[in-house]
Amino acid sequence: MTTTNLIFAGVGGQGVLLIAELTAQAAVRAGYDVKQTEVHGVSQRGGSVESHVRFGPEVYSPLVVAGQADVVIGLEKLEALRYANFVNQKAGILLVNDYEIIPGSVAGAAEKYPHHSIEFLRQKGLNVAALSASQFAKDMGDGRMANVIMLGAMSVLVLQIEKEVWLATLNERIPAKHRTLNLRAFETGRSLMRDESKRVNGRMSAPLLPTR
Amino acid sequence: MKELLLGNEAIARGAWEAGVKFASGYPGTPSTEILETLAKKYPEVDAQWSANEKVAFEEGMGAAIGGLRVLVTMKMVGLNVAADSFMVFPYSGTNGGFVVISADDPGMHSSQNEQDNRYLALMAKVPVLEPSTAQECKDFVKLGLEISEQFSVPVMMRTTTRLAHHKGLVELGERTEVPKRDFVPDAKRFSVPIYRTLLRPGVEKRMANLREYAETAPVNRIEWRSGGAGILPAKGSVGFVTSSIAYQYVREIMPDASVFRLGLTHPLPRRALQEFCAAHETVYVVEEGEPFVEEHIAAMGITNIVGKSIFGVIGEYSPERIATAIGLSMPDKPDFGKEITVLPRPPMFCVGCGHRTVFDSLRQLKVTVAGDIGCYTMGALPPYEASHTTFCMGASIATAFGLERAGHDRAVAIIGDSTFVHSGIPPLIDAVYNGSSLTLIILDNSTTGMTGQQPHPAAGKTLKGRPAPKMNLEALVRAAGVKQVQVVDTWERKEVTRAIRSAVAHEGPAVVIAQGPCQRLPEMKLSERGEKPYFIDESLCTKCDACFKVWCPAITRTSLGYPVIDPLECTACTVCAQVCPVDAIGAVGGC
Repeated sequence: MTTTNLIFAGVGGQGVLLIAELTAQAAVRAGYDVKQTEVHGVSQRGGSVESHVRFGPEVYSPLVVAGQADVVIGLEKLEALRYANFVNQKAGILLVNDYEIIPGSVAGAAEKYPHHSIEFLRQKGLNVAALSASQFAKDMGDGRMANVIMLGAMSVLVLQIEKEVWLATLNERIPAKHRTLNLRAFETGRSLMRDESKRVNGRMSAPLLPTR
Repeated sequence: MKELLLGNEAIARGAWEAGVKFASGYPGTPSTEILETLAKKYPEVDAQWSANEKVAFEEGMGAAIGGLRVLVTMKMVGLNVAADSFMVFPYSGTNGGFVVISADDPGMHSSQNEQDNRYLALMAKVPVLEPSTAQECKDFVKLGLEISEQFSVPVMMRTTTRLAHHKGLVELGERTEVPKRDFVPDAKRFSVPIYRTLLRPGVEKRMANLREYAETAPVNRIEWRSGGAGILPAKGSVGFVTSSIAYQYVREIMPDASVFRLGLTHPLPRRALQEFCAAHETVYVVEEGEPFVEEHIAAMGITNIVGKSIFGVIGEYSPERIATAIGLSMPDKPDFGKEITVLPRPPMFCVGCGHRTVFDSLRQLKVTVAGDIGCYTMGALPPYEASHTTFCMGASIATAFGLERAGHDRAVAIIGDSTFVHSGIPPLIDAVYNGSSLTLIILDNSTTGMTGQQPHPAAGKTLKGRPAPKMNLEALVRAAGVKQVQVVDTWERKEVTRAIRSAVAHEGPAVVIAQGPCQRLPEMKLSERGEKPYFIDESLCTKCDACFKVWCPAITRTSLGYPVIDPLECTACTVCAQVCPVDAIGAVGGC
């Protein structure tokens, strides 16, 4: 029995919970048992936001165990770093949006911000894939689409859910007036993940997740 | 049909399916989505926000005595507010089914303390149900209502953060209408203080009946399995007694171990527990929060249990916490923080939040400030550090009064509109009555901001979105006897500062009402208001950085060092334009 373990992390307002929800719904559509968890409340005010999604034949705990995440998706570099120790060191991937948001309520944060986190985590042996999702989203005309670009990128890694299932989920869950843009962002993420030349800092250090 | 539902959504569904007709509560994480879901999806349920939890509880109590099935929801500290009636209601017992949700918050994600409300239920002699899955969140509401009617007792359903805010698949059913029960006015039953001595023995008799019910209650489920022995350091056979979400964690790490899953944790099934514990050499008691089940099992004379001594009391549980405690090996969890700065990211005021100007003024005034519960607890954080105490709902005003009595003259209390309505009015009346000179600032953003924009009596709208009479805050504080009352636009920096200075200097109690709707209200979207975002004209900007001092997250720096406003984030609150000494900031297309 295998369970797929995913962690979504980012800053309140980036749409972390939306892509976690879309993933959970896609897993339901694909016929899996699914558990998802998140924390609501004051942390959503520009604070650190995380969501866990687990799916498989039968899932008990909604929480991912540290060191067992197949993919950790960080919509921001510092948040990716914060949850990097959830990545399965042998077979997991840290998927990072190469984008920085300085914590506004921490004194001296601009000076202390760990700009080199991606390089640092690679040195530690983690399989890190970095994409400039926020930049591509801006180029598309809406910086807020970075989350769906990252979702598209992740969908390439999560082989347990077919592309058609993702698209059906997006079509059902995204309101009509935003649908076209979201589908474009999703496709952008998929092609970015497939095209090594578009990933930041060259290629990933290990192959993609095995099919399970 | 199965649907992926949040624990709280499943509770709402359960109430609807079980024929609940009235539901009340006060917003509080992690309980809020229950009533929101009822209001949004289930029109057959008369769902409402009440002024506070005590009011919500008593309205529910009245509706249940009147013969309806009732759900009342609150976070755990909310039950402290409702404790007065919660402790007394069991004396009379109920008529229609009555379930109160106590949403506990181990880990204090969004709370000021960690309290395990099963002890309140113990004190009140109220049975406690603890579901373990989203499906059970739904099913246990119905069961709770049935127990409530069978034993004529209010029932507590205790959830915790992970249960309330996790999603799982739930089998949906249809609504069953339950006929209203007759209410027969009966002073001997419902006038508790007069007939308390007659009612008191009935409470004990009911508890005895509930203890007997617990022995065979289907929600107390023993899963006999042979595994578990041999892989743990503990000698011989091991079993687990567990409840709530902790059951899922135990199953995650020990899928083959014998487990006694308690769905009813008060009162406990003594004989069944004795039998289960006698069948194992070691029994682990795994429960989030206090050692409620563990202490009760120990009191039964059972000695082969291990619980809080290895799992701990503080914070949330997780599979790895339980695994590590019982000696299972877990994957490596590297601590990168030793080698790289993992900066914290505490929450902060939203872009355009009207609270900023108030805390900026207070910071400059250097007065002692007693804060309250809401987004504005963040006024204690950098860069403002202008709120010095926060305890619980409504505590700001009486705390400021006490500080003043202790010699901190001209103390300031700061409270939001929703919290003021919740529990700020009696302490204001008291401060006037007892001759205080405190300043009260009411941050009137027309909503309950922190929990996600719920309306309240001073916001002019109900939970279901219908217009309601809007309580007049100014008239109310004047009626309480406050002579100096100033109403200001919270985004007018100079006005806010002037008003607060004047209030602090005033002899006698003074109130400043800083008005400006929460930026997260849908009607505050720029497009809704027909306004344009602000921008900074680089040809005029002198890079003096004055605009950075309004601490707006929408203002960042370009590679050339100029400040720049994110047009997607800007709310056109105008505060940065007010501080710019060279008028380089204005609305797009407007300057």
